[in-house]
Order: sequence, then C-alpha cells, then structure tokens
Amino acid sequence: MEFFLVQALNGISYGLLLFMLSSGLTLVFSLMGVLNFAHASFYMLGAYFAFQVSTRIGFWPALVIAPILVGAIGMLVERFGLRKVHRFGHVAELLFTFGLAYLIDEAVHLIWGRSAVDYRVPPDLDGPLFEIFTTQYPIYRGFMMLVSVAMLVSIWLALTRTRIGLVIQAALTYPQTVEALGHNVPRVFMLVFGGGAALAGLAGVIGGNAFVTEPGMAASVGPIIFVIVVVGGMGSLAGAFIASLLIGCLQTFSVALDWPIFGLKVSQVAPVLPYLLMVLLLIFRPKGLMGTREG
Amino acid sequence: MRYQPLNLARWILWGATAAVFIVAPLVFTSSFALTMLTQMGSFIIFALSYNMLLGQGGMLSFGHAVYSGLGAYIAAHALNLMGKGAFAFPVTLLPLIGGLAGMLFGVMFGYVTTRRAGTTFALISLGVGEMVFACVLMFPGFFGGEAGISTNRVVGKAFLGVSYGPAIQVYYLVAAWCLISMAAMFALTQTSLGRMANAVRDNPERAEFVGYDTQKVRFLQLVLASFFAGVSGGLSCINFEIVSAENVSALSSGGVLIATFIGGVPFFFGPILGAIVFIFFVVALSGFTKAWLLYLGLFFVLMVLYAPGGLASLLLLHIPLLRARRLNRLALPYLLAGGAVLLALAGVIGLVEMIYRLSEQGASTVISLPGVSFDAATAPPWLSFGFLLMAGLAALHFAARFFSRRWHDVQTEIRAA
Repeated sequence: MEFFLVQALNGISYGLLLFMLSSGLTLVFSLMGVLNFAHASFYMLGAYFAFQVSTRIGFWPALVIAPILVGAIGMLVERFGLRKVHRFGHVAELLFTFGLAYLIDEAVHLIWGRSAVDYRVPPDLDGPLFEIFTTQYPIYRGFMMLVSVAMLVSIWLALTRTRIGLVIQAALTYPQTVEALGHNVPRVFMLVFGGGAALAGLAGVIGGNAFVTEPGMAASVGPIIFVIVVVGGMGSLAGAFIASLLIGCLQTFSVALDWPIFGLKVSQVAPVLPYLLMVLLLIFRPKGLMGTREG
Repeated sequence: MRYQPLNLARWILWGATAAVFIVAPLVFTSSFALTMLTQMGSFIIFALSYNMLLGQGGMLSFGHAVYSGLGAYIAAHALNLMGKGAFAFPVTLLPLIGGLAGMLFGVMFGYVTTRRAGTTFALISLGVGEMVFACVLMFPGFFGGEAGISTNRVVGKAFLGVSYGPAIQVYYLVAAWCLISMAAMFALTQTSLGRMANAVRDNPERAEFVGYDTQKVRFLQLVLASFFAGVSGGLSCINFEIVSAENVSALSSGGVLIATFIGGVPFFFGPILGAIVFIFFVVALSGFTKAWLLYLGLFFVLMVLYAPGGLASLLLLHIPLLRARRLNRLALPYLLAGGAVLLALAGVIGLVEMIYRLSEQGASTVISLPGVSFDAATAPPWLSFGFLLMAGLAALHFAARFFSRRWHDVQTEIRAA
C-alpha cells in the first residue's frame, strides 16, 4: 500500500510534468500544423537557463526569467525560421525544427560541456512535505505538481476567457476568416510558438533539478512526449492529459518493480513499455485515445 | 503496347555511373579514400532506400536505421555462424541475408507504422525506432549490448582469389551491390507500385477513390525500402566487421534523413549526391574538427530554409542555361557570390573553432594554422573573425541581389529566344 501510494504520487507528478511538455507541443501542432521536433530541446534550454540564473540570483527569479528567455528564443525561431519554411509545407517545417534540435543540442554541449551540471533543488523547497507510513514525501514533488496545475489552469483560463485566447482558438480552425476580420494571424502564430516554447522552458526549470540537467535530457524525454501525443490522439489536449498521466505512472511504476517476465525484470523492460503501449494502441485504436482525425 | 525508343541518354548515364564506380579507387588510391568510397557506396543504397519512403511515398521516417541496423545484426550473426562452419554461404551474397532480414522487420513494424500517414507516421516511426533501440540494449545476449557484436568477413576458401580480406575487394563488392541496388530501385520507380506510391504521396484521398488501398501501398513501399536498407546494413557489416547499438540508433536514422534531404528528395539521384556529401562530412570533416556535427546541422538547416529541393534541384536548375549556352553569363555573379560565401565561411569557422577550443577543458587556447597562430582567449581574433563574418554576410547580401537579377535576365533571354 505504501509502495503503491508513493509511486502513484511520483507517477502523477512526473505525468503532470510530461503534460506541461506535451500540452505545448499539442497546442502548437493543432494551431500551426507544425510538429515541433525541437520541443524537448527547449525543455533542456529551460533547465540550463534556470541553472545559470539560479547560480547568479537564485531559484525564484529563475522560475520566471528562464521560461521568458526560452519563449523569446521560440518567437525568434518562428519569426526568422519557421515563417520562411512555411511556404515549403509541413514536412519542411518539421525538418527545420529537426535540424534546430541538432543545433541546440550542439550549442548546449559547447556552452555547458558534456557532463551534467549541478542544478539543485533550492534549500527552501528541500525537505519532506509529509510522511506516508514511513516514506517521506519531498516538498519539491509537491511544488512540481502545484506549478504544473497552476500553469494548466492559467492556460485554460487564458484560452477560454481572454480575447487573445478566443482569437487563438478561432485561428485554430479558420485562420483565413480570422485574418479577414483584421487579426494578425502570423503574430498569433509567433505568440503561440513562443508560448509553447516557454511552457517547455518552465517544465525544464522545475524538471531539471528534480531529475538531472545534462545534454542528453532532450533526447531522453523527446521521444516520450511524441509517444504521448500519438497515444492521446494528435491535437487533442484532453488526450494528451490522459496519456501523460498514464505514461508517467507506467514509467514510475515499471522502473520500481522487479517482477520477472521472460527472464527479465519489469524494471529492465521499463524503457520499452511506453513504445509498446503506443504500438498496441495503434493496432487497436489507430486514432489514439481521444483523437478525432483518422489518417 | 507502347512504343519505347531506346533512351540513349539514360544508358550513357548509367554506363558513366558504372565507370565512375570502377575507376574511383584507381584515382583515389590512398587507404583513407578507399574507406570513404566504400562507406559512400553502402550509404548510397541506404539513402536511396530512405528516399523510397520520403521522396516517392511521402513518408517522413525517423526510424529507418531500424531496418538497416537489424539487417546488419542478422548478417553479422550469419557471418559468425558461417565462420563456425554451421552452414556454407558465399560472403558475396551476405547482403541478401541482411536485406531479407530487413524486409522481415519491415513487414513486422511496417504493419504498425504505415497505418497512419503524414506527421503521425513520422512520430510512430520514431517511437518504433526508440523501441528497437531499447530492445537492442535489453538483450545483450543477442545484440552484444553497447559494444555490439564483432565478426570476421574472411570466411571459407577464397573464390577466384577473392577472399574479401583486402579493402579493395570489399570496395568492389560494395560497388557492385550499390550499382545493382540503384538499378533495382530505379526500376521500382517505373513500376505501377512506384507510380501508385507517388499518387498516395500527392493525394491520398484521390488514390482511395480510384480504388487503391493507400495503407497497402505505403506498406509495400516500406517493405521494399526496408529490403534495400537491410542490404546496406549487410554491406556495412562486411565493411566494418562490427555491428553495435549505434546502427539502429536515432542518430543513424537522423543521419540518413539529413543526407537524403541535402541531396534532394524530389529526384531519384538526389540521395546519391546527399550520401556522398554526408559521408564526406562524417568521415573526412570529423577528422579535422570536433565541430563537424554543428557544421552539418547548419548546412542542413540552410538547405531546408533556402533549397528544399536539395543539391539535385540546384544542379538541375542550370540545365536549361547549359542548353542555351548562357552559363557563362553567370560566371561573374558566381565568382562574386563564391567570394562572399568564402569570406562569411571563414568568419563562421574561425568563431566556431574558437568556441570549441575554449569549451574544451584543459586544452591550449592557442590555435595554430599553417602561417598564422592566435590565442582564442584574447579579443583580437574574435573581433577579426566577427568582422570577416559581418563583411561576408554584407557582401553576400549584395552578391545575392546581383545574382538574382542576372539569373532573372538570363531566364527571360532564354524564354525570348
């Protein structure tokens, strides 16, 4: 019971972090039709920026500054890169972000080196939050959940209750009409892309010190968020939410279990499970959990 | 019935390609050049098979190395078994085993991946690639873990003096397979399946209305492509005598995508150019500089931004000018643009190399080139390379304008003539 509760809490906090990543990816995809391959690289940049800022002026400013910086980079990328390739179609856009991911990875190698940096949980958030039976549950895990939920609620409010949110939603389905009504749709695209990048950056700020900040972090989390987007159904936020929690729990539980299957332990099979889930789902439900579009 | 004139130009082209394959190692005789040529040969097959998906079928795959890598693993195991005397099989035909293995995995994974097209296909292929990579590390008994499995290509008695011990014999084996595979893949583009793949790429809805199952067309195309990927895997197994997890990694899958795109996706011969350039980057440039991945990435991004048709499209743009004998009119703009590019490139390379040197722990900051030597920790080289870059970019801006005006003029002249 104790094991189950602790792992479930860990799984949910990890799943929420994954949803911070996959929600940005989904928003950008459903609005612009661009699958941002560099999304995980923005996550990594967020973690590294936060490390840099927190060593200078502390963690709390970093929580604000790092996502803003990443968002600004995202906007620049959209304005001077994506907008140019847009006329060549979606494949070119995807390939552009793919190349960008290479460049960001290489830049991170250059600036911060090839080994992990010492980005730590701030002392205010270090320590146990409460005890479940005998296990102490860290404050930072609780803080991660708090930040993710706060972010999700504010996105939801911004998308449904504000004017810019309405324009974004309208531009999602009828970009030409929205443009004809006098809204600057390219600027909306730029904001959304930057916003998605900033969300990834924020996830990096709180995920970088909970896990580890190293140059391989983009490559390890990137495929997982793509799996989430496929499993949840392309372009569906609700689907991404369910899939994030599902895969978050799947990963945390499977890593901790040592039941044997076919001569291997569950924990050894753990890295394959998300992909296996994706393959099985595609065989039985090709459009994903909550997907609406087939094909 | 269809009247087919003998396509002389095509025969000349293929003959010339074969001649290049035969002559290349006689011209570039160093052993370094030979390894590079051999790698180019097997990578050409890989890139062409990738283009069967991306170029001809419109399937952007991020996991194509799965088929070549697993093909290579099976080929390596077959080679080891042959070495133990478990069964007799000519090494010359080993790529066939790799190809059949690749095809088998193509049937298995393709059934899942080709259920969807477009972006979802891209994501699923990525997921399948990651899955296979994780599996390879999970079963060290069969795949040898990170280190991989090594093998020995000299097996059995030499046939007509060919033992595949010397590198030159391996080169000619690769060259022969490369030529055959090229011809086979070109022939496939002319079949009805090849044509339907194009139709499914361009307008899947319409292809469905005509009565074709798009999923089936994608599936068949992927299975055939994975066969050729497996062939290239078998060749690389013979060439390197080692197969490791890197062969199925996302890095290899990304590499073939980059190579194919740089060469030119819309044209059959594009990936051939791309493979040559890519191997040059990977093998030759990586010996000179640690920053080769950055240069490759930059080159790729620039190609995506400015030449989505790849090098092949840039070459083909010049054919009408060549026909009209107007190419000489472009000599001056090319000279100017080339100069500007060189200037900017010098600036970029200088800056990048200095950054790399500074990021290395404990390395000397002094960079010595023949004739000059400077300290990357001081300001003057930064300023001068920065100036070079700025000057180069400014010059390029004007040269590009001049170039496009002249290009436009020449085009109008040709149209008027």
